[in-house]
Amino acid sequence: MVTSSITALRKARRQEQLVSKRLLREDTTAEEGGQDGAEIVPDPLSEDEVKSMMFSMVMGVLKVLELLRGVQRGSEDRKRSLSCLRWALRNKETQQKFVRLEGSIRTLIGLFTSSLADMQMEAARCLHELSHSSDPAVAEACLPVTSYLLTYLSGHSVEFTELCLYTLGNLVVESEAVRKQLLPQGVIPVLASCIQSPHEAVLEGLGYVLSQLLQAKEAPTEIIPLVLDSVLPQHMLRLVCSGLKAGIGAAVEFAWSLHYIICSHTANTALLSLGALPALTSLLLDLASEIPEDAPEGLELLICPVLRCLSNLLAEETGCEVQIQDERLLIALFLILQCFLQQHPFIIQECLWLLNNLTADEHFFCSALLSLDLLPALLQLLPCSQMASVLVLTILCNIAEKGPAYCQQLHQQPALPLLLPTLALPDPKVVGQCLELLHLLFLHWPEAAADFVRQGGHQALEQHQSIPELQERAQALLDIIGQPLGASAFSPCHAMLSAFS
Amino acid sequence: MPARKCPPPASRSAGCACALAPPPSRAMLSLPPGLRRRLREGPSSPPAPPASRAPLPSPAPPFAFAPRRLRLGPHHPLLEDGDVHRHLYLQGVLSSLAEVAEKPKVSEFSCHISGCCQAFDTLEGYEHHYNTLHRNVCSFCKRSFPSGHLLDIHILEWHDSLFQIMAEKQNMYKCLVEGCAEKFKSSKDRKDHLVTVHLYPADFRFDRPKKVKSGPKHVSSPKKQGGSMPMDVSMETSEQFQVDPMEIGPSENMEIPQPAASPGPSVPEERLYKSRIPSTICFGQGATRGFKGPRKKV
Repeated sequence: MVTSSITALRKARRQEQLVSKRLLREDTTAEEGGQDGAEIVPDPLSEDEVKSMMFSMVMGVLKVLELLRGVQRGSEDRKRSLSCLRWALRNKETQQKFVRLEGSIRTLIGLFTSSLADMQMEAARCLHELSHSSDPAVAEACLPVTSYLLTYLSGHSVEFTELCLYTLGNLVVESEAVRKQLLPQGVIPVLASCIQSPHEAVLEGLGYVLSQLLQAKEAPTEIIPLVLDSVLPQHMLRLVCSGLKAGIGAAVEFAWSLHYIICSHTANTALLSLGALPALTSLLLDLASEIPEDAPEGLELLICPVLRCLSNLLAEETGCEVQIQDERLLIALFLILQCFLQQHPFIIQECLWLLNNLTADEHFFCSALLSLDLLPALLQLLPCSQMASVLVLTILCNIAEKGPAYCQQLHQQPALPLLLPTLALPDPKVVGQCLELLHLLFLHWPEAAADFVRQGGHQALEQHQSIPELQERAQALLDIIGQPLGASAFSPCHAMLSAFS
Repeated sequence: MPARKCPPPASRSAGCACALAPPPSRAMLSLPPGLRRRLREGPSSPPAPPASRAPLPSPAPPFAFAPRRLRLGPHHPLLEDGDVHRHLYLQGVLSSLAEVAEKPKVSEFSCHISGCCQAFDTLEGYEHHYNTLHRNVCSFCKRSFPSGHLLDIHILEWHDSLFQIMAEKQNMYKCLVEGCAEKFKSSKDRKDHLVTVHLYPADFRFDRPKKVKSGPKHVSSPKKQGGSMPMDVSMETSEQFQVDPMEIGPSENMEIPQPAASPGPSVPEERLYKSRIPSTICFGQGATRGFKGPRKKV
């Protein structure tokens, strides 16, 4: 089940149609049916059945009005018809029949906006079931509901507000028409006032709506500017950073929201000026220092977007890296790697991406990585995956590129014995990056070239002479190692080395 | 993390972790000792990196490596696995962040607002009931509103005797959308604005214009008409169940499915309702404007 979900998600992502919705249900086991947690979907209803369900729902309301004459207890009765409808609406066909039925949505709105509290809640649950439909026509049938959903976000019922939020979040991601309507209806100011709620459940739902809105393809031009004009960014940042103390669920949603803003590359100056970089750095340090030995479930859901935000912010050309010259960031990264490596291997490439951005231009981080003795751990990541190999080799190149003193350390650590098997890999991208690294090593630290030859590197290079994209570089390296040590090509490096030692 | 996200965890993450990327062998990462301690100790003075130096020559072809920071867009392949993990979580395939917390059941209790005897067995149920019916209630006409913002506007427009006078001189009708500062000459202008600018539905239920010539003075003198209508009675006997047709009224405001959609028995009942409620009656509208509410303030 999980594997098929993953395949479907990957496919959808590659088609840029990755859309997910959350379902908020309060179920008894009896309703859920199976003990294994498998969801039971009700059978579709016939058109007539949907009609008669609507009818009994309306009758139920009329009956309530009668009941109100004196009876305040026994409210179960009146809810029954609506909860039957809610149950039936789990079925996609029933959803489609329901929205096609004339007046159905308006009736539901009538109940949803009534002051009969439990009816209102049931109607909200029905709307929520509809919002979960994968049929865009169902989401669009819900267009008349959005202004009311927004209205109730200013209310005070935690559970009801939460339900409205998840319904909105689901509708938003399904239909551009819904988004186009929500913006003029004032969704951003409403969210901006709602984000000051003290309730974690509300905040998490709000973060969900934001993350859904910000993933929209028109977000960079239509939505992100409005978000930046509001108080939302500073609160988002605050809530992400208080994730360990307050609620991690909300922090996860806001961290993804920030990631969607940052990777749109339209707002990073604004976020940097809010102090996003030091705030997220310090969050990452806290996260790493508080992870128990056994990785707690779900923490990777927060760590992943935080890593991404940091990586992309560092890629801004603002000189911001000066603010975070803190070697503990490297320690945090490796502790996170150690913790999640086995259970959540995707974290490897996310960490290595950040490590690349830290080491690319900064002598500080290259030197700290070596002095903290983290190079052996980095080399251990080399065989994890193709992507990990390329990233590790790139980071090693970043270090080697800094000059002879760095290359000397790489040589001493010993990196070469691990590079030889890498040269034998079938992936030209990995091998190509490995050739780049060897070139830097040989250039800055000729002893490495001599060692390489002693370890049988000659043959390892020769096998790539026939591969078009590698042959030139392989040949160039063969030429280098063919020259006697200390030949003229390397003399400038030796001169430079004396300046460091 | 609310506990009610579902579906519940079925076969847990060990499976999906493997499925995400099956690497050859991933032993534990061995790190030098004492890293955790160093992390907690706070920033130490960094070791001085080798000082400034002459820039190294850029690589000559065929080599091309130049260090660069990567800026990745949302669709970059590096982010695929992480995105998939996020969406597995959203779709409820992963376990949620917190264990399922049962809502504590409490022994049945009643709403403490006088005249309301609604009973509850969960605090959440009571909370919602209170917020729906008792929190944003107009003390003059007992109508309840979904937000304080709408209640404020209602009180100003319906019960402030100065409002009409002021409204003749300046734009006084505030836009209902929070965050919009526009004001209008009349509620009609406001409605136009809501519909054209904010794409609100033309029949937005919380924007019923005040009828200047109101019908029978319903709320102010409920006893005169009471008894004949269930809704009226309800208001008399229990204010909290005030069923305002603005909010839920079968004859005028609530959409009843077409007769075709409603089998037989509905018709008489519907008619019965219609015959009972004169269309001129607007429930919940205080006939006495200004600040002399017919009932004691809540």
